[in-house]
Amino acid sequence: MEQDILVDLKQIEKSYRKGKETVKVLSGLDLEIKRGDFLALMGPSGSGKSTLLNLLGGLDSPTSGSLRIDGDQIDKLSQGQLTRWRARHVGFIFQFYNLMPVLTTERNVELPLLLTKLSKKQRRQHVDTALALVGLQDRAKHYPSELSGGQEQRVAIARAIVSDPTLLLCDEPTGDLDRATADEILDLLRDLNEQQNKTIIMVTHDPKAADHAKHTLNLNKGALEH
Amino acid sequence: MAYLYFVWRNLLRKKTRTLLTVLSIVVAFILYAALGTLNYAFSMGVDLAGADRLITIHKTSLIQQLPYSYVNKVRSVEGVADVTHATWFGGYYQDPKNQFPQFPVVAEEYFAMYDTVVLPPEQMEAWRKNRLGAVVGRSLVERFGWKVGDRVPLKALYDKKDGERVWEFVIEGIYEAREGQVVDTSTMFFHYDYFDEARAFGEGTVGWLILRVDSPEVANRVADEIDMLFANSSAETKTSTEKVFVESFAKQFGDIGAIVSAILAAVFFTMLLVAGNTMAQSVRERIPELAVMKTIGFSGASILLMVLAESILLAVAGGLTGVGLAWLFISGAQANLQAFLPGFAMPTSIVFSGALLSVALGFVTGIFPALQGMRLSIVSALGRR
Repeated sequence: MEQDILVDLKQIEKSYRKGKETVKVLSGLDLEIKRGDFLALMGPSGSGKSTLLNLLGGLDSPTSGSLRIDGDQIDKLSQGQLTRWRARHVGFIFQFYNLMPVLTTERNVELPLLLTKLSKKQRRQHVDTALALVGLQDRAKHYPSELSGGQEQRVAIARAIVSDPTLLLCDEPTGDLDRATADEILDLLRDLNEQQNKTIIMVTHDPKAADHAKHTLNLNKGALEH
Repeated sequence: MAYLYFVWRNLLRKKTRTLLTVLSIVVAFILYAALGTLNYAFSMGVDLAGADRLITIHKTSLIQQLPYSYVNKVRSVEGVADVTHATWFGGYYQDPKNQFPQFPVVAEEYFAMYDTVVLPPEQMEAWRKNRLGAVVGRSLVERFGWKVGDRVPLKALYDKKDGERVWEFVIEGIYEAREGQVVDTSTMFFHYDYFDEARAFGEGTVGWLILRVDSPEVANRVADEIDMLFANSSAETKTSTEKVFVESFAKQFGDIGAIVSAILAAVFFTMLLVAGNTMAQSVRERIPELAVMKTIGFSGASILLMVLAESILLAVAGGLTGVGLAWLFISGAQANLQAFLPGFAMPTSIVFSGALLSVALGFVTGIFPALQGMRLSIVSALGRR
């Protein structure tokens, strides 16, 4: 059904200027992702996975084509509008966690909420809930340097979900973790997908990570392989 | 508040670097406040100088005396409303370091000339009646703990006829600034008649003449006429407005304002480089973090404001600490230095200008890194990791 489609990409092209040359990264990409899906994007280096993720997250704009997410035509938004759109709709999880080293766990998780009109008390409640979901309530006062890699990634996940975004975008979320910890993180993402109905798009090189997703798509030379 | 907390935590990210930068700003602002106070003290006399008062001194130098007879000759010049005189006494109280200005004057004439000070009428009357009487300013009383009725011995440049060099005076009054006026109150006045009769040499002479003209417009003409009157005499004169006189007196020490400005310009230029480098380095180290913030949804403007707030906070902390420390030093040195510089006290304007200057310093050193943070491309910044 039409209303189940959260992400709708039509004829997406993305190219960069490199000196005098134009490098085409994505060509004529058509993609529909349903609400509540957990999609793994795989492909060799340079296949355009990260570029696609950047487009889906409103970090970059396509050269041509139509990019609609949850009803918003985001390829038509200005930089300022994209910034506000990201704050409302997207949670990002990075390979290297990208936490603020000067802030405690709870302050890191609270960061996206500073962009909302929530009171301090409401922010605190949201932070507690997010930390409970990732199982890190007892690490609220710790700084990132006092946490393990897996714990840091859990904090990053808590930060990504704390403002209840429509879409979770993960860029190699287990790329910096050992197998056991990676599985824990992937299980957590699957739980968020199944129990909280979060739509997740995950870029990965790791086939075992992709196994945790509901679907896997392969990108090669800027085009989807079916 | 949450933003401020973040700004604060970022400042503490490299504690040693922040501390050293703040310390260098502190030193710059101690210099700023101390030199500014010195400049203020030197220029204070200029600010107090009356536009309608002229000073006549010996053409050769202020040290040379003028015949007393000049007082009446000057009085007859057209446009002169009033004339009085004063002489440098150059004494000290108990110890050579306790120096302050003392002038033998004609009581009523002198206080009529300077209506910016007030002396209670009964004290003026008591002073007039006591040949050894003297009046002193409020700050002098506070400095030495004197009170009306005290006998004050001063050791002077002048020997008395009896060979004594110690002159004794009785304090008969304490003058103060008239309400709303800023006046130096660190001077002692006593009777010229007593001084002139008692001194061993220089009898019948005065240090300089002070005259009031009918209006500031005639000041230059009157000054020229007075100097013409005494041209080719044994004591030629140089007459100028009180403002010019005070300025040229202050310039004996050099152009304090220009020296102070040159030193401060060098200090603040160095400061711009030091604090600017700290901020640039601090932002450069955090490019990926700033990119993550923009990814999360922080606008370029909020990144700019956060970096600027950090830089301004750093500069204001150093600036206010520096001005505060300078105030402590100046308060401590005030008692000793007021003997030479009566106006040596930190004016409020230095505190305000110091605060403004520190904000400006923070802005200038922070604006370029802040703009860099605001404009950074998320995709390329995250790609650096």
